[in-house]
Amino acid sequence: MADSTGGDTHDPSRRDFLYVAAAGLGAVGTVGFVWPLVDQMNPSQDVLALSSIEVDLSGIEVGQSITVSWRGKPVFIRHRTEAEIAKAKDVAMADLPDPEGDDVRAEKPQWLVLVGVCTHLGCVPLGQAGEYNGWFCPCHGSHYDTSGRIRKGPAPTNLPVPKYVFLDDNNIKIG
Amino acid sequence: MSGHSSFQTNNPVLKWIEYRLPIFGFINDSLVVYPTPKNLNYWWNMGSLAGMMLVLQIITGIVLAMHYTPHADMAFASTEHIMRDVNYGWLLRYMHANGGSMFFIVVYIHIFRGMYYGSYKEPRELLWWLGIIIFILMMATAFMGYVLPWGQMSFWGATVITNLFSAVPLVGEEIVAWLWGGFAVDQPTLNRFYSLHYLLPFVIFAVVFVHLWALHVHKSNNPLGIDIKGPQDTIPFHPYYTVKDLYGMGIFGIIFALLLFFAPNLLGEPDNYIPANPLVTPTHIVPEWYFLPFYAILRAIPDKLFGVIAMFASIFILFALPWLDTSKVRSARFRPVYKMLFWAFFLNCFVLGYLGAKPPEGIFIVIGRLSTALYFLFFLVLPFIGWFERPRKLPESIATAVLESSGDDGGGGGAPDAAAAKAEDRG
Ligand code: HEM
Ligand code: FES
Repeated sequence: MADSTGGDTHDPSRRDFLYVAAAGLGAVGTVGFVWPLVDQMNPSQDVLALSSIEVDLSGIEVGQSITVSWRGKPVFIRHRTEAEIAKAKDVAMADLPDPEGDDVRAEKPQWLVLVGVCTHLGCVPLGQAGEYNGWFCPCHGSHYDTSGRIRKGPAPTNLPVPKYVFLDDNNIKIG
Repeated sequence: MSGHSSFQTNNPVLKWIEYRLPIFGFINDSLVVYPTPKNLNYWWNMGSLAGMMLVLQIITGIVLAMHYTPHADMAFASTEHIMRDVNYGWLLRYMHANGGSMFFIVVYIHIFRGMYYGSYKEPRELLWWLGIIIFILMMATAFMGYVLPWGQMSFWGATVITNLFSAVPLVGEEIVAWLWGGFAVDQPTLNRFYSLHYLLPFVIFAVVFVHLWALHVHKSNNPLGIDIKGPQDTIPFHPYYTVKDLYGMGIFGIIFALLLFFAPNLLGEPDNYIPANPLVTPTHIVPEWYFLPFYAILRAIPDKLFGVIAMFASIFILFALPWLDTSKVRSARFRPVYKMLFWAFFLNCFVLGYLGAKPPEGIFIVIGRLSTALYFLFFLVLPFIGWFERPRKLPESIATAVLESSGDDGGGGGAPDAAAAKAEDRG
């Protein structure tokens, strides 16, 4: 190579520059090609278009719950009993793996709104079950209390509270 | 390859082709005159059976794809349409569903065979690695296939397994949304799983090809675990092992047919005949049987992230096996301590499988943790065994071991086994 007669190409720094430039351009091009292939798998625009739902609470008696579907996931809406509210409030923060006060989780104490997806691996927990009489996930045994907070089992965090607003006393909008 | 081929012919057409594309020489070298150890026992039949199952899954799969609809509203109904309306649809679907199970049985035996006879050791480390890659691809394929009928187990199996990735710190939720194409397992998930379920078997096919390429460099290991030292140790693949493999396929076919025609739902879950319902999880969800040991490990650990890590580690640790095992002797026949350890590991895998199907409560949790610890303990003590274990004396060569025992050849697979019986006290 070194003794080739090709004029400028003797200069190693110029040749190195060409190598690096070509490889760099190739790398940028490859990333530019691969990214659309990866990103197409992310939620599409119609899925992202924030869907919200309105729910009428008037038919839900004390001690009853309903499950509605929001963004393909179950949302629990529970009309809590006095006993449940008291139990949820009467907990030392130190006893909670994921400390959160009940007043932060329930805007109006009688209404608890939760995304009904176990924070372990995504099963739908069963209501009014488990050692804390809140929710119990049968998949791998996670126990949630009457505020939907994780108390025992493999789930790392509390059942999430979705964004919601009270439109009036009997109607909420989730999302 | 052309120059060295042992393929000879006077047929002008074959000659014409061979000169341009030495394909007959290739086939001749790898399937006809291919030198194979004399003493292979029936555990060496699993490779050809696995190949047969892969081809069968691809054939039945392509035919099912002609009738199946990958849509959340129609997938369940189209699967039932296959079962009830399509001519022989029931047969094709049961073949495919049970074929998956039979494929895993064969591959699990194949892997345990490799562990018992030390087939993963030098110079077959890459061969072993390629095998594990095939195994992982198979698990991915079967998992996504099981989602397609869109029953309750399909849906919730998909939910739980994809959620494993939510344990990844920081970006876990983003990864899961990326896998789903949404906020829950739904139409986009089903559609992409179908696409990948169709693709992966062909990727497996390619890796199998490389697996065999590596195999043919140093040839098969054998029950004695000693190297081939010369032509006296081998016999040509054809007719000896072509016939033996075909015989194995016959026996295997009978077992497969019994499952297929008399108990096609034995290994399935009744809950998968209930259409997927995103709002209700079945009270007792279980994966397909071939995932149960790993599922048991996942559940044994009460922490989400570490449970997921342990589960993946239990598979990936197989890659390290060639270096964890420090003994120079391959076959467990000559390794008294390793042999005991191997059988303990083997049994423990069944215990884990049993636990994976049980609800995670009471005594099952305790045994689950114990079994999980034992599983990993096997790999941890393995390096030390190689140091203190005194292996039995190895025979001089395959040929001498076989000849020594030729007097009491009981026919069938008798010769190699009898050879082994001489060399040790059977196991
Ligand atoms: C490594 C090879 C393969 C394995 C292990 C495998 C495994 C599976 C499994 C376990 C199921 C679920 C069966 C059930 O419970 O109903 C399934 C379904 C399906 N597979 Fe495969 N498969 C393989 C190759 C293929 C190929 C190559 C295709 C298509 C070209 C295919 C097409 C399908 C279709 C359409 C279904 C849905 C219908 C049904 O559920 O029976 N498979 N597969
Ligand atoms: S998904 Fe709820 S405990 Fe695992």
